[in-house]
Amino acid sequence: MNAIEFNHLTKFYGKVKGCEDINFNVKEGEIFGFIGPNGAGKSTTIRTMLSLIYPTSGSVNIFGQDAIKYGSVARKDIGYLPSEIFYYDKMKVIDLLNYSASFYDHDCSARIKELSEIMELDLNRKIQDLSYGNKKKVGIVQGLLHSPKLLILDEPTSGLDPLMQQKFFNLIAEENKKGATVLFSSHILSEVQQLCHRVAIIKDGNIVSIQDVKALKHDNYKKFTIRGVNLDHGKFEIEGVSELKEREDKVTFFFKGDVNQIVKIIAKLELTDIIIEEPTLEEIFMHYYE
Amino acid sequence: MMNIYLFELGMLKRSILIWSLAVSLSLFLYMAFFPAMSANAGAMDALLANYPEEFLAFLGMRPDLPMSSLLGYFALTFGMMQIPLAIQAANYGFHMLSVEEREMTADFLLSKPISRKKIIISKFLASLTSLTIVNAATWIASIVALLMFKGDSVIEFGNVILVLSTIVLFQLFFVSVGMLISVSIRKIASVISFSMVMGFGLYIVYGFKSLFSNKILAYFTPYAYFEPAEILITGKLDLVFTLLAVIIIIGSLSFSYLLYNKRNIHSL
Repeated sequence: MNAIEFNHLTKFYGKVKGCEDINFNVKEGEIFGFIGPNGAGKSTTIRTMLSLIYPTSGSVNIFGQDAIKYGSVARKDIGYLPSEIFYYDKMKVIDLLNYSASFYDHDCSARIKELSEIMELDLNRKIQDLSYGNKKKVGIVQGLLHSPKLLILDEPTSGLDPLMQQKFFNLIAEENKKGATVLFSSHILSEVQQLCHRVAIIKDGNIVSIQDVKALKHDNYKKFTIRGVNLDHGKFEIEGVSELKEREDKVTFFFKGDVNQIVKIIAKLELTDIIIEEPTLEEIFMHYYE
Repeated sequence: MMNIYLFELGMLKRSILIWSLAVSLSLFLYMAFFPAMSANAGAMDALLANYPEEFLAFLGMRPDLPMSSLLGYFALTFGMMQIPLAIQAANYGFHMLSVEEREMTADFLLSKPISRKKIIISKFLASLTSLTIVNAATWIASIVALLMFKGDSVIEFGNVILVLSTIVLFQLFFVSVGMLISVSIRKIASVISFSMVMGFGLYIVYGFKSLFSNKILAYFTPYAYFEPAEILITGKLDLVFTLLAVIIIIGSLSFSYLLYNKRNIHSL
């Protein structure tokens, strides 16, 4: 069964395109990544699922039910963590969480306690006194406290330190093991790779590719920048190298394949510097379109 | 649904306390000056007689209900109290449906399993409860003050009750029109400036209506629909104006409801 089904979902703000003809499914039990640069239409798509905005045309089903027509019913099963977290400032954390819990039929107090212990969240502080990272933790607990069947996470990791980020990922993985479906939006490829089974790539409001993460890892490009002397001799023109730019003192290229091949070539050279890095998302996109 | 109502009412706690005290105490204080003023009634009436009638009308005074009479003085005081009542109601109107977007809590509230319909109703009822408490405080302050400071005057309470009973429509007018404006525009940056402009602005329109005895201007301001002096003299409400108020209230509420249900809540 599909947890989410987008049917030609389109949203225009007047003449400005938010997203267009979004048309894919997320299976139940999947962790599905949704990646694209800022402004590509990720949030627009997600906000439509929650009826925060209404589509121009098309629809979205959540667990088989029209999420726009029957929004309040669909949202019972959804836990949502927005990208920017703002809450009623003057409230204490615990009061906000209890208010949040009051919208659901079952008692969530045990889960609130459990989650805030995992996230090391002080329940008795006022929200206005919290740091950005701590507010984010409130958001995480708030999104998970009713044990939703579908988790929608919109750029959830910004503002979390690496340790907390790991705890958060573990939490998500655990929820997933218990059966929750996860839609995870991000512009950071590495975190999507770490967690997700499949990803959809969105650009300028359109889905350009849906990939298995395993396949994407297979496509694992590395970006090489090499400095030295007498480098423009064409030694890097081998299988798996693309975007090769050679100068006498500097060479840059992308490489996909067995890195030992490159290391062997480099070993014979006199270098002043070498940088091996993950390509940025924009650079990945370039590959998808060339 | 009850949870939103109680939450919203909790958020209004301070506001209810402040407005109830402010309106009832200032009404009471104004009325407390009546005995001193009525002692010099002759001098006062003589002084006011020097001013042109239009000017006195601008200040809300009528020759057939002089300021030196208890009800004339009450009409003036009540007319003045209509301004804070209007500002409070407008404040709630502009605030209730726009606060979530202004303070970015919309993503929290609207992603909960509750329909916007229920959100509007809960919020409206919470505001209405608050306004009703302030309304009740105004009733009590008015009746107590009239009884305490009446001196030798005899009061016909029937007309006073009629004046007080217009408060609810007056409040509903401002709260519903405020709501409609708040959902018709993209964003309300400062609620208090909107409500001040609406509360005072329509009062100034009312002033000009009186100054120029302009019948058309009267249709544009609820202060003219429910003039305390007029009600105290005639002993009845103006049917056309009352009906107009009811139509505007129902229309504004319905359109607010429709527009809010269709509204796109944007992220930052």
